Amino acid sequence: MDKLGNILHSLNFFYPEIALTLTFFILLLVDLFFRKSKHLLPVLSLIGYVITGYFSFTTPNASGFLFSTGMANVGLYITDSFAFYFKLIILLSLIYTVLFSILSKEINESTENRGEYYALLASFGLGMFLLTSSTDLITIYLAFEMVSLSSYILAGFTRKVPRSAEASLKYIIFGAVASGVMIYGISILYGLTGTTNIYLINFYLANQNYNTLTLVIAGLMIIGGFGFKISMAPFHFWTPDVYEGAPITITAVLSVASKAAGFAILIRFLKVAFVDYAATNLQASLWAILPGFQWNDILAVLSVLTMTLGNLAALWQNNLKRMLAYSSIAHAGYMLSGFVILDNQGILAILIYFAIYLFMNLGAFFIVMLISDKLGSEDIDDYTGLGYKAPFLTVSLTIFLVSLTGIPPTAGFIAKLYLFAALVNTGWLWLALVGVVNSVISLYYYMRVVKNMFLRESISTYEQKIELGHVLISFSLLIPTLVFGVYFKPLIELAEKSIRIFGF
Amino acid sequence: MAGIPYLSLITFLPILGMVIILLIDSKKITLIKLISLIITFSQLVLSVILWINFNYKAVGINDPNSFQFVEKWRWIEIKNLVEWIGTIKIDYFLGVDGLSMPMVLLTALICFLGVIASWNIPKAIKGYFALYLLLDTGMIGSFLALDFFLFYIFWEIMLLPMYFLIGIWGGPRKEYAAIKFFIYTLVGSVLMLLVMLGLYFSTYEILPDGTQVYTFNMLQMMNPSNYSKEGLLSPFNPHNLRFIAYIFLFIGFAIKVPMFPFHTWLPDAHVEAPTPISVILAGILLKLGTYGMMRISFPVFPEITNQLVYWIAIFGAINIIYGALCAMAQKDFKSLIAYSSISHMGYVLLGMASLTTQGTIGALFQMFNHGTITAMLFMIVGVVYDRAHTRGVNDFGGLALQMPVYTGIVTVAFFASIGLPGLSGFISEALVFLGAFSSDSIRIIAAISTLGILLTAGYMLWTLQRVFFGKLNPKWSQLPDVNKIEIAALAPLAVIVIFFGIYPSPMLNLMNSSINKLVEVVSNAPVVFSNLSLIIK
Repeated sequence: MDKLGNILHSLNFFYPEIALTLTFFILLLVDLFFRKSKHLLPVLSLIGYVITGYFSFTTPNASGFLFSTGMANVGLYITDSFAFYFKLIILLSLIYTVLFSILSKEINESTENRGEYYALLASFGLGMFLLTSSTDLITIYLAFEMVSLSSYILAGFTRKVPRSAEASLKYIIFGAVASGVMIYGISILYGLTGTTNIYLINFYLANQNYNTLTLVIAGLMIIGGFGFKISMAPFHFWTPDVYEGAPITITAVLSVASKAAGFAILIRFLKVAFVDYAATNLQASLWAILPGFQWNDILAVLSVLTMTLGNLAALWQNNLKRMLAYSSIAHAGYMLSGFVILDNQGILAILIYFAIYLFMNLGAFFIVMLISDKLGSEDIDDYTGLGYKAPFLTVSLTIFLVSLTGIPPTAGFIAKLYLFAALVNTGWLWLALVGVVNSVISLYYYMRVVKNMFLRESISTYEQKIELGHVLISFSLLIPTLVFGVYFKPLIELAEKSIRIFGF
Repeated sequence: MAGIPYLSLITFLPILGMVIILLIDSKKITLIKLISLIITFSQLVLSVILWINFNYKAVGINDPNSFQFVEKWRWIEIKNLVEWIGTIKIDYFLGVDGLSMPMVLLTALICFLGVIASWNIPKAIKGYFALYLLLDTGMIGSFLALDFFLFYIFWEIMLLPMYFLIGIWGGPRKEYAAIKFFIYTLVGSVLMLLVMLGLYFSTYEILPDGTQVYTFNMLQMMNPSNYSKEGLLSPFNPHNLRFIAYIFLFIGFAIKVPMFPFHTWLPDAHVEAPTPISVILAGILLKLGTYGMMRISFPVFPEITNQLVYWIAIFGAINIIYGALCAMAQKDFKSLIAYSSISHMGYVLLGMASLTTQGTIGALFQMFNHGTITAMLFMIVGVVYDRAHTRGVNDFGGLALQMPVYTGIVTVAFFASIGLPGLSGFISEALVFLGAFSSDSIRIIAAISTLGILLTAGYMLWTLQRVFFGKLNPKWSQLPDVNKIEIAALAPLAVIVIFFGIYPSPMLNLMNSSINKLVEVVSNAPVVFSNLSLIIK
């Protein structure tokens, strides 16, 4: 097939990404002409995302690589059910972010440039879409940068607020270092194998001799880059500051979508490039990894570090957004532990965890947003006695926090159940034990919020009128959080169907 | 009988009540209370219906066919989509036998009386009763579930309502007490979660179509032939971790009991909780710990139970004596009762550890009796606290003259707690000691534990003397006697305590065949399990 033919053929499987790109352009253009209209942009964004969703569902998975470079029949991009699952999560969190933004006082009052806001959100989404499906280190890096650049600006979007500007700057500095380290790792890996395609890298590593130390260094650097995106310790330092400073809608999308994209590419890269196919029975769930680079042991240590640091730091936070930031670090740690067992059960657990995490974490951020818009504060101490002033919001927040802790009958329990089940079943008992102990620690800080809301008498003159939109969005997040806690069959089935990574 | 899902009704009736209450305007206080009362009363009636229709011969324990009022259907079934995952199935599986029936009766009774005792709860009535009913469902469900997963869900459902009930309606240190309760019990439950998963991946159930699937079914876990060869907790696996799993599970339950050294949450929770919640906590929640041991730890890990009964007995003895000594030192009436609970739960551990039918029946009966007697004691403290707003044992004196009816009821409860013949506490403690003395391994521990009876008599009588006899403190010369609501809550319990003290047979017969089976399952186990591992070798 000639190159042009290949590209044209590839475009048939590229509709979701094309739809997102068009959404991005349309948003920019419309903003030029209709600056005054308040609801046009978010509505257009929503339409764009729905169309993207429609194409994601209707476009079949390609049977081979897309955008083939002509060399050895490999390409830059693939569409598989694994990527589809993560795209679904990314898209859902984008839709929720737009909905949150419509209701957010912070976004509507602090800036005139809503056009850029929604457009950047779309480009952010596009970057994440590309990231989940990339199979070449070059596309991975480009998509990675696209996600990063969009999110740097979005994090500082309410730039008149000093802490938002600070957040953005910190994010850029950390992000620049992370991507620098990553590209250095990529170049070493290229030097070692002579290719940037992750499937070919695997082929060379499996069949040729290489210097183990060099490989380890390159691998660690690339993991560091991805680790930055998923806020894995010790690359998590930016998270609390950025999450606290960024507008809360952006914090919400960063904590779910950007993390999902990071996880998707981390799993794809390591699983494709460093698994020993010759020794792995593709029908079974367990894989063998190539000798020399024991990345799963490294990740095991980092996962323990991530969840423990996240939880311990969260204990001391007084700002609710900052606390949720640390809690999201801890959740990344839990999910990471599902990956180190080198078993598809672990991947399944991560997929399930992400879907549930999407609902409960966005839910928590949404309620915090609504309350802080009225209260003017995210300080946990200011939540004192709110349970009696705003029963609906506080009860909802309690449910989300309980779910984040992982207590039945909420969905958070099912997420943790599948994760710990995978760990127990593959014999990683110490990791399971660390995980459950961490869950108990997390109870303390989540309950601290609940304690302030319900166990203490009110001191503030807070008053909240509940609008229909608030209730509807809250319910759309509450229902999955509760229903998946007692009837999780559909979710598990979807995740089981999505476990397949192209080539396996 | 067939066709009516009694057990689901009895479990989910409170949830229905909760939903109704949540929909009612929070100003209609009386209506909310009445609904709670009706719901819990219907629950009590249902449990009595179960008792009347109970087949005393059916054994239960590990025999799926002899459970009664069984409800079993597929809750989650995920067909074999991916080769290596296989089919996942979880059953909704409820049933009663002689082990759970007394506990269901106890729960229904205490929950009903608890509503009466809650009549004068000061604030946020709607939230209180909604949470109360949710708690009720969690407790009854835990006693009825025969699927480990379902059991775990019900077990955890209890945590959150309890946290709020202590935390919102409690005393001055409520925040500390509530979170301490929550964290302690959550530590226990996550350990239990790990064991549950380990057991799940070690046991197979064979479906009608011949496929083997992992199972959460407790009864299947009790049958050694269901274990896979390489499972982590399979007796056939030479490197199995059953011992560690047993310890984990045991700690999970021991925290609830609470067994020394995991007991420190209890005095805090009890002292801070409002009266009805203390009643529920002592009357039912603590029983879940020992119930879990009998229902799960013992029959699922019989061979390890046999190895460890000696230690269980020792901890039981420590509970008895340590609890009693602490109770003696308390100046706060409520924390005195709390420590006496620790002491009395020690008898349950001792009776179970005897691995004899008498001892184990004694333990189960002690659970029931402690539930009723301690419920009385906490209500008694509540009565005096509501009037005097102090609970210092030394602040009172001579109340007998001032509150004669009250003192009469108190005397019944105190003497039942001491174990005076003719009251229910005597029967169960006597059975516990009968069993413990007839077991060769723990006879010495039993002998030491008898010291506890003396200590109990000591602190109870001393308290009686300090609070009710002697000279009346003039400060209390205006205290009214018990009112009708309080009598309505206390009198049924007093009647039960006296009735079962004189005529315990209905309860003992109820337990007999199941406990016989339980003891048989556990004490015959080493042979069964070691035989099978020989075959494998």
